[in-house]
Amino acid sequence: MSTRRRFNPRQLPANAAGAIDDRFQVASPLRNVLNKVFPDHWSFLLGEIALFSFIVLLLTGTFLTLFFDPSMEEVTYNGSYTPLQGVEMSRAYASSLDISFDVRGGLIMRQMHHWAALLFMASLIVHMFRVFFTGAFRKPRELNWVIGITLFALGLFEGLFGYSLPDDGLSGTGMRVTFALIQSIPIIGSWLAISLAGGEFPGTLLIPRLYIAHVLLIPGLILALIAVHVGLVFKQKHTQWPGPGRTEHNVVGYRMFPNYVSKQISFFMIVFAVTALLGGLFQINPIWLFGPYNPAVVSAASQPDWYAMFLDGLVRIFPAWETRFLGYTISPLFWAGIVGMGLIITLAAIYPFLEARFTKDKAHHNLLERPRDNPNRTALGAMAITFYMVLLLSGVNDVIAERFNISLNAMTWAGRIGLLLLPPLAYYITHRICLGLQQHDREVLVHGVETGIIRRLPDGRFEEVHQPLGPVDEHGHGQLEYAGWAVPKKMNRLGALGAAVKGFFVPIEGPTPDGKGAPQAEQVEAGQKREEVTTGR
Amino acid sequence: MTTQTADRVMAGGAEATATEPIDVNDPSLSRFDLVREGMRRDGVEIVYYEPRFPVPGTKEEKRIVRFIAFCFLMTGVASLAFLAAFIWWPWEYEPGANINKWYTPVLGITMGVALLGIGVGLTVWAKKLLPDEVVVQERHDGPSPDDERKITGATLLHIGEETGLARRPLLKGALTLGLAPVGLMAAAPLVGGLIQRPGDLLVTTGWGPGVRLVHEDGTPVRPEDVSVGGQITVFPGVPGGTRGATAGDSATLLIHLRPEDAEETRRNALPINRGAQWGNFVAYSKICTHAGCPASLYEQQSNRLLCPCHQSQFLITDNARPVFGPAARRLPQLPIEVDEEGFFVAKSDYLTPVGPSFWERE
Ligand code: HEM
Ligand code: FES
Repeated sequence: MSTRRRFNPRQLPANAAGAIDDRFQVASPLRNVLNKVFPDHWSFLLGEIALFSFIVLLLTGTFLTLFFDPSMEEVTYNGSYTPLQGVEMSRAYASSLDISFDVRGGLIMRQMHHWAALLFMASLIVHMFRVFFTGAFRKPRELNWVIGITLFALGLFEGLFGYSLPDDGLSGTGMRVTFALIQSIPIIGSWLAISLAGGEFPGTLLIPRLYIAHVLLIPGLILALIAVHVGLVFKQKHTQWPGPGRTEHNVVGYRMFPNYVSKQISFFMIVFAVTALLGGLFQINPIWLFGPYNPAVVSAASQPDWYAMFLDGLVRIFPAWETRFLGYTISPLFWAGIVGMGLIITLAAIYPFLEARFTKDKAHHNLLERPRDNPNRTALGAMAITFYMVLLLSGVNDVIAERFNISLNAMTWAGRIGLLLLPPLAYYITHRICLGLQQHDREVLVHGVETGIIRRLPDGRFEEVHQPLGPVDEHGHGQLEYAGWAVPKKMNRLGALGAAVKGFFVPIEGPTPDGKGAPQAEQVEAGQKREEVTTGR
Repeated sequence: MTTQTADRVMAGGAEATATEPIDVNDPSLSRFDLVREGMRRDGVEIVYYEPRFPVPGTKEEKRIVRFIAFCFLMTGVASLAFLAAFIWWPWEYEPGANINKWYTPVLGITMGVALLGIGVGLTVWAKKLLPDEVVVQERHDGPSPDDERKITGATLLHIGEETGLARRPLLKGALTLGLAPVGLMAAAPLVGGLIQRPGDLLVTTGWGPGVRLVHEDGTPVRPEDVSVGGQITVFPGVPGGTRGATAGDSATLLIHLRPEDAEETRRNALPINRGAQWGNFVAYSKICTHAGCPASLYEQQSNRLLCPCHQSQFLITDNARPVFGPAARRLPQLPIEVDEEGFFVAKSDYLTPVGPSFWERE
């Protein structure tokens, strides 16, 4: 039977691809994705750390749900952790102990989950800084900024609820304060608090309700928002730094496949590996040392996880201003906790619109700004970070007071005064630094790079020889425009002293292997329809 | 398999990017020509493209390939080590220092190394073996073309017109009046199911006339149980008074003051606190009036009670007045006496609500 078609395994992928395209017509959209260009810079990876640690959270969290029981029913512990045997506790705490001691591999999952949560919040914040200080939030990307801030707020509550679930000696304290915060809201506070907790604190419904929020409602929201967030980055294309050949209307980088995707997968693996190492080697939240939650007991130095600490700091240093009128009361907790947090988050969320309004900037921006090139924004950011840091440190002021033998009251006052004085100071200093850095860039553009060679002039004076970066005018001054991008300041960056360093922190701008100079630079000259490179302002 | 890969492509050169469409059926085209045609169609331009190792099989290339292979093999080994440890390493908790305590670290190290192997191997692959390239893609952002906007706008308006809502006010009204309650209906179960009247919950505690002061283990407290200058936490001697869901607001601090402090306390007592003290003993709510943490650090020398949550301080000898920190209210005092059997009992519940402030509070 020689006419029968032979089965050819090498033909299989092509056949499958053909079959798929017959039905779904994917050839051109697929190629479009394969060919999509991404710009390259280390700071663009920060958002990815958040994304990947969220995946780790989903994986480890799902494992934990298989063993955790959020019930508040009182049981007598008889698991294998001897020091607590015979102790009365809630089933939630008992099952958390079981995950730590009686489930094979349970402890590492619990610890990875907690470490991944810290990593998630940390990378979120650093990513937010990078987006802020480079102006990546400007039109057309305002929505992604707002989504980002929402993610931060959701992450904060997700974490707070998460570490309240085990019902151990530390965790109940966080919920106690949260209950008091809700209770402090004018008019509806006591109704809201009692209704949400299903009765008096702690009650038996609070933890089961936190549980469903922690494993379903909030993660669902976060997941949906991340999908929109990343989808928008894809659709709107990533921003890029200014530089040779880069304009507002193009993306310079490498293609999604194979380059970008391999780097993404490898980066995911590295983030995953880091959480595995942290979770295996570094103990975190050892709930068995804290005992079951008891509303009558709290240990000194009980703090929330660091990402909620700024709120705790605000609550700590806020003065005891209680308002009473007509038989009603507004507690200082309301101003510090509810109004304070609300203001901080709202201000952050609407920043892009405020900036656009004050600078009357309605243009599209795809080129990033270096922090120094927008001194006002950078200084505002420094101010915000200082504000945040003072609150964060105030959140551990008792620990600091004890370590360094300072009086607690002095720490509280330092926090109060620092919160008012340090941010404006940070603004001033940062603004000056930005201008100074710009100034230096301009000097190099005009006078050239310092060579370190000292020359004696005929009249006996000494001067340093400068290497101009480009053609000079009759005064010997360079004619390159200020472009808002890195200016070489050392001879080796000009290729004059051997190969430039090419690595993680230095984007593609080293000399080509045959030493003909940076390829992009050539391209600029050859460019036909390219625009001048500017900061886009 | 021989694939004809691209040689170095430099910008400016004639062959850098095909700007003209090509006939993709031309048999003389290389695969890379087709790739480039695809890029042209996708608005991608190659500025610079160079294989990392134009001459295959150099020492350097082999070294890198060996390193990547090593990384992947290490992943295999570490994964197997993880499995072996997971199965055979003794893991049950045993008191004291023992090898079981290493279970989690060993899992972490093996898992970490396994994942790092993939991560590092792939990174090196991407950075050292994949061709070096700089490509440029046009962005097409900004608004849609004017005519498109106009057409779509007209279509939307037309659809609106087709429904005739503007022309038929009756429908408009009926739609509003009919559908708004649907929203309320959807919200009702959630709100109605959750809502709970605060009633007395925030105002009353487990204490009441004649309720005994008991230790955490439920045994009643006698004056001798607290030494001079000392303090203990007591709970109401009622079912569920010491632990569990309803014990949240009843925890009380019973302090045995030194005689001179007791005298001062009695002298300072506000009208509401008169008669609450029994001999040299006072009892204050332990629930901080700031945010409800147990205020549990008692400083004997200064007679101050410190709340560890946000460092509010209360002066015991002056009606537990807040003297520092964010708390704005005194800790309520529990009126106490001793019954015929010699045990402490409460004379009544707290006379003011314990714990954090809320709107309706006085
Ligand atoms: C769940 C948390 C988050 C995840 C998983 C995430 C993920 C990402 C990823 C993968 C990117 C693209 C790469 C990059 O620029 O780093 C990105 C871009 C972006 N993110 Fe996030 N992000 C998160 C939170 C945030 C936050 C908190 C903000 C700011 C408040 C933010 C604002 C933005 C903006 C404006 C962009 C576009 C940047 C550009 O195109 O240059 N994101 N995000
Ligand atoms: S709860 Fe006591 S000071 Fe805040």
